[in-house]
Amino acid sequence: MKRLLPLLAMMSLLLSACGREDLSTLNPQGPVAEQQFGLMKLSISIMVLVVVVVFAIAIYVLIRFRRRPGDNKIPEQVEGNHKLEIIWTVIPLVLLVILGVPTIQTVFGLAKDYSNDENAIQIKVTSHQYWWEFEYPDFGVKTAQEMIIPSNTIISIEAKTADVIHSFWIPALAGKIDTNPGGNVNRMYFEANKPGVYYGKCAELCGPSHAYMDFKVKAVDEASFKRWVTAMKSPVDMPADPAIAEKFINECLTCHAIGDKGGQLYPNLTGMGDRVAVAGFLMNTDDAKYANEGTVYENLKRWITDPQEVKPGNHMPKVKLTEQEIDAISKYLSEQKLDY
Amino acid sequence: MAHGHTVKRYSGLMDWLTTVDHKKIGILYLIAGGLFFLIGGLEAILIRLQLWKPLNDFVSPDTYNELLTMHGTTMIFLAAMPLLFALMNAIVPLQIGARDVAFPFVNALGFWTFFFGGLLLNISWFTGGAPDAGWTSYVPLATNTYSQNHGVDYYVLGLQIAGIGTLVGGINFLVTIINMRAPGMSFMRMPMFTWTAFITSALILFAFPALTVGLVALMFDRLFSANFFEVSNGGNAVLWEHIFWIFGHPEVYILILPAFGIISEVISTFSRKRLFGYSSMVFATVLIGFLGFMVWAHHMFTVGLGPIANALFSIATMLIAVPTGIKIFNWLFTMWGGSIKFTAANLFAVGFVPTFVMGGVTGVMLAAAPADFQYHDSYFVVAHFHYVIVGGLVLGIFSGLHYWWPKMFGRMLSEGLGKLTFWTFFIGFHLTFFVQHFLGLLGMPRRIYTYQDGLDFNLMNLISTVGALLMGIGTIIFLINIVVTAVKPKNAAADPWEDGRTLEWAIPSPAPEYNFLQTPLVRGYDALWKEKMDGNKGMTPAEPIGPIHMPSPSILPFVMSLGLFITGFGLMYSHYIIAGAGLLITFGCMFLRSIFDDHGFHIEPEELKDKGVKA
Repeated sequence: MKRLLPLLAMMSLLLSACGREDLSTLNPQGPVAEQQFGLMKLSISIMVLVVVVVFAIAIYVLIRFRRRPGDNKIPEQVEGNHKLEIIWTVIPLVLLVILGVPTIQTVFGLAKDYSNDENAIQIKVTSHQYWWEFEYPDFGVKTAQEMIIPSNTIISIEAKTADVIHSFWIPALAGKIDTNPGGNVNRMYFEANKPGVYYGKCAELCGPSHAYMDFKVKAVDEASFKRWVTAMKSPVDMPADPAIAEKFINECLTCHAIGDKGGQLYPNLTGMGDRVAVAGFLMNTDDAKYANEGTVYENLKRWITDPQEVKPGNHMPKVKLTEQEIDAISKYLSEQKLDY
Repeated sequence: MAHGHTVKRYSGLMDWLTTVDHKKIGILYLIAGGLFFLIGGLEAILIRLQLWKPLNDFVSPDTYNELLTMHGTTMIFLAAMPLLFALMNAIVPLQIGARDVAFPFVNALGFWTFFFGGLLLNISWFTGGAPDAGWTSYVPLATNTYSQNHGVDYYVLGLQIAGIGTLVGGINFLVTIINMRAPGMSFMRMPMFTWTAFITSALILFAFPALTVGLVALMFDRLFSANFFEVSNGGNAVLWEHIFWIFGHPEVYILILPAFGIISEVISTFSRKRLFGYSSMVFATVLIGFLGFMVWAHHMFTVGLGPIANALFSIATMLIAVPTGIKIFNWLFTMWGGSIKFTAANLFAVGFVPTFVMGGVTGVMLAAAPADFQYHDSYFVVAHFHYVIVGGLVLGIFSGLHYWWPKMFGRMLSEGLGKLTFWTFFIGFHLTFFVQHFLGLLGMPRRIYTYQDGLDFNLMNLISTVGALLMGIGTIIFLINIVVTAVKPKNAAADPWEDGRTLEWAIPSPAPEYNFLQTPLVRGYDALWKEKMDGNKGMTPAEPIGPIHMPSPSILPFVMSLGLFITGFGLMYSHYIIAGAGLLITFGCMFLRSIFDDHGFHIEPEELKDKGVKA
């Protein structure tokens, strides 16, 4: 046992800081994920101990008691051994108590309800095939795909779905919660320790584009968050070319909103220009390395040109636009940047 | 003791379609289950080929969802369960000294309903789309609104028909084990495999009706616009999850317990030692079966059941580790002090123990609800249940097949090829699934059709795919082994491993039609071993040689199941005349079966003598 302790300590060290800061459950970036990681480390340590003991006995037995050629002796037929059997019943029970107590503490700790806490930011999460809607009722702001939060503040989530069951998961910040249909609302909370962009994933099979149903959580400082709220509510200029503006209003804003204009049925487009991704999955970067990367303009163009190619089964049709119009609208949207 | 009437004995194909002999039904289960295992395996290979690199487009997202759904459904319902039924049918009656199961006709019916249910499910590939809502078929994704083709209809109808087979099979084994044990075979002298078959059958009896209720409700929603799960009309989506997992969790133990039984037999035989702590093994099996019904909501920690439910189900789940631990250590201490022979069967059994421990410990990790919020529906879970089901159950089935093959077919599988199967499959398995634990922890959700590049998922997914191909090669080697063995002479001895301990090794390989010429008298646990140690040549008979009563073959089970198959089709495409005709066939067969008494026939002692059977 004593010899095993340093081994366990080493393993814990190995595990922590494993994987990407923005995605890995082993590299938690907020108190909720940290608590969950703590429980994971405890359980992994206990379980490694169990595995090591079993493997050691198994290897010893297999080598020591293998049948040698020509060996025809009949081993002693042992019925059992009460002392041994009690030992391997009691030891697991003790291990389970060691794991069970913190488990229950954490279960109740993480079930804390912050929905009436004034210091917490309330966000209503509604999942759709295949995008995420984030509503900030206290600020009168609604956005999609990118949740902007202040760091070091409790974020209190109320989650539901508009269609099938999805699951809301930000591995680096907090474990997941399912989004249920029919007024069966779930709550959770989390907090980010420092500003940064964190990957969010849908974790419940929800249709052909389940794999593409990513979102991002962008933690910013308190002042930036306030500027973002203001910017989200400011009016937005329509495209300068009146023909394009008309197309944009008639073809896009019937479903989508931008600034104070447009419909609320589908993802809000305000500030598309400085989003991390288009459609959750096409990553915006000036230095594209992979097939799902491009500049925000390229990604928008790719998306509008054929939404079904990017996210099969989603509700956005191929809009009747000429290539020039797609170019112009993509360009316009890619210039929609918020000052925060 | 005259014949009731002359019995028509069939040969060739008709023999197989009409058989009610548990040994032949076992072989039918093996062939059908094996076939579905290959189909499910092919689906797994396609899944892994799609995932071998990021942003791959080897299959389309729709096809991928069909593949993952059919892989899970096929492996659980159409491969794992029937393969276990194959071994249970082939061996359990022999182990308890019975001449057949309690209801041979029902036994055949069980096989044919399973077969036609499975066939119906797989036909969906060719009729416009397989089910694609996952093997769990969560609503609303599986309702008409979100799944408009007939895929999920095939799922609900196919599984209902196949489920009948499983349910009657389970009842049959319960009755058989309770009523048909040879004189002296008390419950606490039953071989471990029979015990696990017994508990598994009890679990089937209680778990499958829950599934059937769920499937019927979902069928009504889909075919007749009912609203059990239709949220907009007051239905409840979470209800389906409860119903499914109240069945689904015991199902896991339905699968694994017989594997535990096989491992107990194989390890004990090839260590030349009595099973260590037999009574605690029995107790642990019963306890696992009981606790198995108390833990279903651990599949639903993230559904939002609240902290009290999550805490209770966490603790209940962790408790299962205790009886499982008892089993593991009992196996290790069965080998302790023994004389371990590494046959192919025993390699699989020995490989099972540490592998299953790894699957078990991740199970305890998953039981901690707050940590499960991170693991749930990630690749960590995929790794966990494949460790349990492949590393546990499939290794167990391979072990059992290598072990009992001579008893089923009268021929020994090639040991060399068997060992090669073990090493390729075993190494392939660990390559495939060990890395998946880490994929999950690093943030990869399960059931995703593809993943982004540059997220550190690439290498591990590649390793996983290589491992899957290796498992495929292992399976092919096993098939080659079967073919090679099939052309060898049928000359396996009654006790080919020479260390046989239980009753099945007391009779010739393969077992004659009537199993035991004379019902044996059982004088202790490990009945045959006890006789061997007492210096006897074989079992002491409990009766003189006399006419042996046999059940008559019948085509009715086949036709009855065919009727249900036709009904399924009719319902799905709203051709109610066809559905009615199918039901008419089924009920007609039931009517015929009810009005014509069939007392079976007798094999007379004179006939027996010619065969020169030693009992």
